[in-house]
Amino acid sequence: MTKTQKSKDNLIQNPKSKIQNRKVVILSGNNAVANALRQVDPHVYPGYPITPSTKIMETVAEFIANGKMQCEMVAVESEHSAMSAAVGAAAGGARVASATAANGLAFMWEVLYIASGSHLPIVLAIGNRALSAPINGFADHGESMGSRDAGWIQFYSESVQEAYDNIIQAFRIGEDSRVRLPVMVCLDGFLLTHTSENITMQGDDEVTDFVGPYHAEFSLLDPDKPVSHGLSDPPSYYMEHKMRQQAGMEKAREVIEEVGAEYGKRFGRPYGLVDPYCMDDAETAIIILGSEAGRVKGVVDKMREAGKKVGALRLRTVRPFPDEQIVRQLLGLKAVAIMDRSYAPGAVGAPMFQEVRSALYDYRDSAPPIVNRIYGLGGRELRNADVRNIFAELDALADGDATVPVIQMVGLRGEPAPTWEEMRPLETPIAVAAKRGK
Amino acid sequence: MPNEQLTFASKQAEPLAGGHSLCAGCAASIIVRQVIMATEDPVVVANATGCLEVCTGIYPTTSWNVSWIHNAFANAGATLSGVESAYRALRKRGEIPEREIKFVAFGGDGGTYDIGLQSLSGAMERGHDMVYVCYDNGAYMNTGVQRSSATPLGAHTTTSPAGTLMTIGKSEIRKDMTAIAEAHGIPYIAQSSPGYYMDLMYKAKRAFQTKGAAFLNVMSPCPLGWSTEPADTLVLARLAVDTCVWPLFEIAEGEFSLTYLPLEKKPVIEWLQPQGRFRHIFKNNDEGLIDRIQADVDRDWQKLLDRAGDAIPDIAGPVRF
Amino acid sequence: MEKVIERMMEVRWHSRAGQGAVTAAETLAATALREGKHVQAFPEFGPERMGAPLRAFNRISPRPIRIHGVVEEANVVIVVDSSLLGAVPVDANVAPDGVILSNTTKSVAEVRRILTLNGQKLACLDATQIAVDCFGMQKPNTPMLGAIARVTGLVALDTLLVEVEEIFSKKFPPKVVEGNIKAVQRAYQEVSYE
Repeated sequence: MTKTQKSKDNLIQNPKSKIQNRKVVILSGNNAVANALRQVDPHVYPGYPITPSTKIMETVAEFIANGKMQCEMVAVESEHSAMSAAVGAAAGGARVASATAANGLAFMWEVLYIASGSHLPIVLAIGNRALSAPINGFADHGESMGSRDAGWIQFYSESVQEAYDNIIQAFRIGEDSRVRLPVMVCLDGFLLTHTSENITMQGDDEVTDFVGPYHAEFSLLDPDKPVSHGLSDPPSYYMEHKMRQQAGMEKAREVIEEVGAEYGKRFGRPYGLVDPYCMDDAETAIIILGSEAGRVKGVVDKMREAGKKVGALRLRTVRPFPDEQIVRQLLGLKAVAIMDRSYAPGAVGAPMFQEVRSALYDYRDSAPPIVNRIYGLGGRELRNADVRNIFAELDALADGDATVPVIQMVGLRGEPAPTWEEMRPLETPIAVAAKRGK
Repeated sequence: MPNEQLTFASKQAEPLAGGHSLCAGCAASIIVRQVIMATEDPVVVANATGCLEVCTGIYPTTSWNVSWIHNAFANAGATLSGVESAYRALRKRGEIPEREIKFVAFGGDGGTYDIGLQSLSGAMERGHDMVYVCYDNGAYMNTGVQRSSATPLGAHTTTSPAGTLMTIGKSEIRKDMTAIAEAHGIPYIAQSSPGYYMDLMYKAKRAFQTKGAAFLNVMSPCPLGWSTEPADTLVLARLAVDTCVWPLFEIAEGEFSLTYLPLEKKPVIEWLQPQGRFRHIFKNNDEGLIDRIQADVDRDWQKLLDRAGDAIPDIAGPVRF
Repeated sequence: MEKVIERMMEVRWHSRAGQGAVTAAETLAATALREGKHVQAFPEFGPERMGAPLRAFNRISPRPIRIHGVVEEANVVIVVDSSLLGAVPVDANVAPDGVILSNTTKSVAEVRRILTLNGQKLACLDATQIAVDCFGMQKPNTPMLGAIARVTGLVALDTLLVEVEEIFSKKFPPKVVEGNIKAVQRAYQEVSYE
């Protein structure tokens, strides 16, 4: 057994740490999020269950019932009320967390904007799932992408470990006085929520110490200092308040980096806004976010073994959008594909494609040609072969092949899917090529 | 005895400052002041979107001398249940002083009967220690008088207009929100009117003293939506009670009491006639509609009398202070 | 028998909902974790209907596992419910050097006639009978784990016994714990394969 014990210790990434109470455990994404919440122990958890994030609420309820959390659960009658109660509780000076997915997040929509516009640092876990119709219970970034302009900071987790780590960091980031904004921590439905993996769980005290106590600035619950929350803004003030939100978002860039670096220093797992993989000498690369980044990295490894100079760039945050970090990684490449697990009907490409392309505009003379590959909607399986095909297309694109479609869904049944260009009668291949600056 | 209550109220701090922008003759601010002054404890107010909210809190000013939160239209119940949960959570951990705070929500009939019903229902079912007050002016007045499910039969609104083809105005009866609240089995439910302010303050006081959720449904005359004279607001508030259009009663721990018996039950026409929103009824000489409204009122009032049974007050007027 | 896993191994379980295959997959993962390996365990995604055919998956690797999602090609297929042989394609998408391990009363030769194999190993075990003999319940999962240790080397028998003892001690009286340990040992000895 000594041999076994020794190799187990190797899993702990910071063996020099004196703190002994961290441990390697097997947890599903939902369970890991619930355990992070147990360790942070927010004051209030208003919640409404929805697949695939139900287990988060169930596990928190179980922790409370067994005396492992002091948190007050408010088991409301809808997601709209969950976010409404979250706003009420946060305005009352409480640290607040909840979880939802898909239609549940859509039902919260109205109040998401109120949470961010009121600068309430609520933490919300999202078990990413496709929006209806057709009703579908599987992984898709449609709901969180749809809310990307709701004023929330957004993290997309690659693994169960990162979902756990992101929840802990989310409190620090959202509550930072330079930021004061709510935070969504996204983890792919089933692919992470229901997958059990080995993760390093920090000790309860370590987490408590890292997150620190919470002091709300303007609480409703100090009768000696009455405050008014949620006043109506005349046109003469509204834009200034939006500017303040923007200032918080911009500051969040450095706060996310700071907190990610400190997390790394303390626990051995550092984080930034983006996660470049084999990008230093890459000629072509795929940009992706969420759990399928792992698959792309695996394909990159295999292709590297065969001598191909390929790379992957994972976006950890979507809000704030890490435009500078992306541009820095992409300049000098020969071709890039942006893989979106969501799409925007009628728009020119899916959300991340639009934003990456926009970020590259100022560098258009040296920017690589980029294409958009939409995958995995409603839980459609992505296969290694799909990723290899995309890299092959990037090779062709790098060689000047103007027939490589710009925007296309991958992994559809039957015949290859028509490209966006083919579905648009007025768009000729020449016009497409011209748009690419060829 | 009423004087004691008055004396008490006169010593209370003013929760809502003057200078707000509610219409002249609006009953909502009267209701708010009377309700909050009925408790000595500090209060936190949640406000559904509506007239009261939009006229008392316009950045960078506020009329509220007590802590106040406005979240959205549909969620006053859930919002206040969040604040109340924060209070319990922070007190439990000793992060705020051990000090009694009362929680009260104000919503119009739109925020209570209609868009906010689900949120309110959830909050009542969960039994948060809070008072929910509906100021019921019978339509969406803030946005220019559109019908709600609290709009009475025959009332003209901009979305139930009395036209040349459809002459009746609103063709459906109002929803009985007080009965819906009662169906939640909460410990205190009452219907009241600012026209009988002692009744209102008595009920507000009981509601605040209740452990758990309490619901007050208070009729709130609206000169704008009802097309009435601002000076007549409290006259109309009393007329609604004396015609038995808006009876006053309470249900405390399941025990029903009529708290007001009109000296003389006035015909409903006296309530309809001063209000411009019913003008078309008289212009069209629609006696059938008046008879129907009277019949509805008579039937509902008789139900309440039957329910009160032997406990019908033997003297007319306010009976319980 | 000591085998060393040098690459990521992917396991596919075939069972019926309610038979505890997901728990068995998690036990296998926990055992591998005990040996310092990186692990994944997950059910087939979607709603569960009692008795319906269900799949569960494991990934076990000496290095961190980055890939997520359904196993494309399994190295190890485990059939917990023998009625699934021939009913669902347990022999599809198995690596050429992979192995199929089935709970069945049939012999290896008989099962071979039901399945279409392309060089994969086949192992059979009457796990339900062992379970009934050892702890009096028709729960083949524990003996299946013993057979997995023998046939695949994904985990060592010693580690598995420690894990099973720990898990079962939390929920069951000593007699049941002993029975399960015995079942693992017997399965390890009795599994036949070629």
